[in-house]
Amino acid sequence: MKHTEREMQSLKEEVNQMWKLVISQLEKARQAFIDNDIELALEIMSREKRVDAFELKIDSDCENYIALYSPVAIDLRLTLSLIKISNTLERIGDFASGVARHILDDDCNKVEPKLIEELQIEKMFDMLIGMLSDGFVALESENTKISGKILAKDDEVDKIYHNSINILSDYLPKNPAQIRCGLKLLLLIRKLERIGDHCSNIVEEIVFYVDAKVLKHSGQKISKI
Amino acid sequence: MIEAKNINFYYGDFHALKNINMAMDINTVTAFIGPSGCGKSTFLRIFNRMNDLIDKTRITGECIVDGENIYDKSIQVDELRKKIGMVFQKPNPFPKSIFENVAYGLRVNDMGDNKMIAQRVEESLKDAALWDEVKDKLKKSAFELSGGQQQRLCIARALAISPSILLMDEPASSLDPISTSKIEELIHNLKKDYTIVIVTHNMQQAARISDMTGFFMMGELVEFSETKKMFLNPEKDETQNYITGRFG
Repeated sequence: MKHTEREMQSLKEEVNQMWKLVISQLEKARQAFIDNDIELALEIMSREKRVDAFELKIDSDCENYIALYSPVAIDLRLTLSLIKISNTLERIGDFASGVARHILDDDCNKVEPKLIEELQIEKMFDMLIGMLSDGFVALESENTKISGKILAKDDEVDKIYHNSINILSDYLPKNPAQIRCGLKLLLLIRKLERIGDHCSNIVEEIVFYVDAKVLKHSGQKISKI
Repeated sequence: MIEAKNINFYYGDFHALKNINMAMDINTVTAFIGPSGCGKSTFLRIFNRMNDLIDKTRITGECIVDGENIYDKSIQVDELRKKIGMVFQKPNPFPKSIFENVAYGLRVNDMGDNKMIAQRVEESLKDAALWDEVKDKLKKSAFELSGGQQQRLCIARALAISPSILLMDEPASSLDPISTSKIEELIHNLKKDYTIVIVTHNMQQAARISDMTGFFMMGELVEFSETKKMFLNPEKDETQNYITGRFG
């Protein structure tokens, strides 16, 4: 392998490590939410700095790669995609940290378990972790076919989010004592919905890298390409 | 370390190099870039005193290699040039066989018997990433090789007498892209054992292969820094203008 290829491999490996860290943050956020685990929530928030550090390093290393090696074609697409993917992973990391802050908020401990179940928050978490993990595989294997699965899951996440608005609209007037935590819960669900959007953005970058196709703002689905 | 201290060089009355100061670490690749006529090849030739061969030239300042000023009167220039090899723009193999091209320096300097010479030839051709392509035709004329192979042969020839420093004056400028890529990869691999200084007109090449880059203009060293820094965020406007193509 030439040294330029080794440098590119090293960039991909950095993004992989960041990706694994963010998946771990999201898994911990899920567990902390289910168990109302404050210690775990604090751990997630302290690890957030590592996610940020990864983003800064990857940005810097990609800049250097562009400056030194003037990549073109697939190498250029990959470098640009890695920059955007790491920025997006950092945003997902922020949201995972936001879930942790939600757990630390006293207002949010009073929610009825039955409501949580109805809102399908645990299912949202499971889908998002699946999407992130599938995205990781898609980039590793340069397989845009897996990407279709991820985009389909984002649609489901969106449905759960919209449904949660209906559920809470119905529930909160009947349970005014829960309004404050209900609203905060909606913000949490919104964060999870945004994670789904970010996972889709990552898919778009992978498609750009592998197939040189631009999906963003086109309304195109991978299955139609 | 190799160090140039207050180097001024003159071709007759023409002041070609103006107060150059530069220190290069061992086992690094340093690239010199700059427009034509800026003095980069002249400066390269300072390090093996090849400019001595040109009439009416004069140098002031010091050039320190391995702790010695190579312009001191006590220096044996022939010995210096064994330590500091040079490769030129146009491949210039001798009108001899592939084997004898590499062996020549060893024989002339009485560096071993036939067995040792053969071993050293093989090592040098391997170091120059040429052995696999020529091992079955060592007795063939060097002129039967392609341009890229001839240049690697010249590199092997320079390496055979175990220099510690390799000077390369636009070594790939007359080669096709694939041969250029092979030479660049070779330079990258060689730096763990040699200190390499390369003059190039190809800025992207300088960016790809060098650790440090010196930008010359009108006989002056405008900027000397880590290659990464120079191509991401150069200090001087002249450097930025040159590497972005705005210069001139």
